[in-house]
Amino acid sequence: MRAETFESRVRQALHAGRRWHPAEIAFWCLAFAAFLLFPSQLLLLNEIAILALFALSLDLILGYAGIVSLGHAAFLGTGAYAAGLFAKHVGGDPLAGLAAGMAAAGLLGLVTSPLVLRGTDLTRLMITLGVALILYELANSLGWLTGGADGLQGVVMGPVLGLFDFDIFGRTAYLYSLCVLFTLFLVARRVVHSPFGLSLRAIRDNPLRASASGVPNARRLAAAYTIAATYAGAAGALLAQTTQFVSLDVLDFHRSADLMLVLIIGGAGYLYGGLIGAIAFKLLQDAIATFTPQYWMFWIGLFLVLFVLGGREIIHGGVKAVAGRLAGIGRGAAR
Amino acid sequence: MTHRRTVLGGMLGLALAASTSGYALAQEAVKIGLILPMTGPFASTGKQIDAAVKLFLAREGAVHGGRKLEVILKDDAGNADATRRLAQELVVNDKVAVLAGFGLTPLAMATAQIATQAKVPEIVMAAATASITEASPYIVRTSFTLPQASEPMADWAAKNGIRKVFTVVTDYGPGIDAETSFAGRFKQAGGTVESVRVPLRNPDFAPFLQRVSEAKPDALFVFVPSGVGAQFMKQFVERGLDKAGVKLIGPGDVVDDDILEGIGDVALGTITTHHYSAAHDSPANKEFVAAFQKANAGMRPNFMAVGGYDGMKLVAKALEATKGDSSGDKLIAAMKGASWESVRGPVKIDPETRDIIQNIYVRKTQKVGSELHNVEFETIKDVKDPVKARK
Repeated sequence: MRAETFESRVRQALHAGRRWHPAEIAFWCLAFAAFLLFPSQLLLLNEIAILALFALSLDLILGYAGIVSLGHAAFLGTGAYAAGLFAKHVGGDPLAGLAAGMAAAGLLGLVTSPLVLRGTDLTRLMITLGVALILYELANSLGWLTGGADGLQGVVMGPVLGLFDFDIFGRTAYLYSLCVLFTLFLVARRVVHSPFGLSLRAIRDNPLRASASGVPNARRLAAAYTIAATYAGAAGALLAQTTQFVSLDVLDFHRSADLMLVLIIGGAGYLYGGLIGAIAFKLLQDAIATFTPQYWMFWIGLFLVLFVLGGREIIHGGVKAVAGRLAGIGRGAAR
Repeated sequence: MTHRRTVLGGMLGLALAASTSGYALAQEAVKIGLILPMTGPFASTGKQIDAAVKLFLAREGAVHGGRKLEVILKDDAGNADATRRLAQELVVNDKVAVLAGFGLTPLAMATAQIATQAKVPEIVMAAATASITEASPYIVRTSFTLPQASEPMADWAAKNGIRKVFTVVTDYGPGIDAETSFAGRFKQAGGTVESVRVPLRNPDFAPFLQRVSEAKPDALFVFVPSGVGAQFMKQFVERGLDKAGVKLIGPGDVVDDDILEGIGDVALGTITTHHYSAAHDSPANKEFVAAFQKANAGMRPNFMAVGGYDGMKLVAKALEATKGDSSGDKLIAAMKGASWESVRGPVKIDPETRDIIQNIYVRKTQKVGSELHNVEFETIKDVKDPVKARK
């Protein structure tokens, strides 16, 4: 009897996370409404959506599986180059290119996952960093394939689903990126609340205990790493397709480092962390860079230092308060 | 009578229309989107061009062809996808009539598609790969091309007893251009060439210079992007190549005026071919240099500054020719064949290739008073970009 109630309480607790919170619905409604609300900012919004997807990818391994990485740009770059080369040599269909980018990055994730599973956090940092550096140099030296430092030229995209052409205003680009982000977010949401996702969290919190209760740690982590790599590949593919250009920059260290900052701002370990972080980071960067094109790096650096020192709770507290209020409104409306 | 009245009325109407449209045009500023690397490893390029653009507006006024020029500066930090996004935003949100700047070849290339789609002229003030102007019919260049500067170097070297040359270039568009055009021309003249390429980002020249010192050439031909020359020279001296009697030659980027004082005496005797030196001997240039230094706390203008200054000059001239009409096609048409007396000497925009035709000077780095300068001692007149001229 007692055991049953305990079990049902656990089940209830687990299911609670799966249910859609009104604030979540509001968040996605806003994201789609942004298309109409800010018609002149679609290019920036598109970049935010792509960065958000990229951050979601890192959150999957860092926040849920506890794998630190300083080389996540490796997957972004692989996805970008794969999608770019696909468009150039095979065909301009965006969805096929997206699949190609995801597959290439996923494969790379699968192949490199044994390296990442060894050792501690510090060695993981070094290994992921190393993999990204190797890929950067590879892309630089394989000039005949990637265009080297001049970038991959001649990427021409066809219309999405054969209907929507990429336009100079970024309309198609934003909706396309947002739809991909939303779809992959739904998948991620399902994954982290599944038994698989729960086992990842168990490994993160106590690997010894997880393996003692029968979780195959290595295989679960490898799977998580591969999924995250696929997500980063999707972000890379979106970047390549919506800008119709790939440069070495997609593999650069600053991409990985920026991504860490995004997760620090947004908070790791919950799916919206990456999304909120991406929005805050990009808006901040854009605002300061418009204000002072020469010295924006100084201001953003200063802001981040202050933020990490103590401001983080303020934003999180604020977000929670707003979410709570929205939830209250949602509940009120439901009644 | 009635006939005369209608004619008069018509004329009055025309005059009115002209004056009101002129008024409307003068009201609305012509926006120029200036995209430069203001941060990152190529920030010196951005700084020079930005300063030159400001100097142009201060010296020659902001109103041209009845329209006010308004410059919107953006920083791309030398990243091509940022350049592209900024260009797109400038065209879509700010409705710029002209895109300008472009510190590196990939940055100019990434924007070409936007220029074509939006029919907005793209004024390349710095990037120097020959093929850039072929990427879009809306690209016009006011800097130079690497083959334009490198082939005269090959001629000079062949004439002056140099037989064996080792080339060290940065591994991207302009470097490859410099290497192939120099090597091609020099081999034709009977010389031998060995080549290595150095990566663009975070270059370490030491291992490459080691190979040079083992090969013992007569001369070392070098191309590095503007601003990187100091680093190269330092390692050149550390390897003792200056004492081994290897002559340093190349297009003028390595002894860039901006950093020449910082390089110091090791640069003495370097022979370069280029389109601009701050020491260019003309009254117009002396005034320009003095005004530039006055406005920028003593910073010496380099060839990037001149590219930026002339880029603005070209936009101003085109607007004067179109009488204030800033539509992309009209501006491009007006830019083709435009010619003026630049501080570097006479220049002309080639109507066929939209690339610049200019004098190339052979210079030697020497002391002028207490300062280091690239002193011009030979002039090759009206050089076209040789790569496109051969096509």
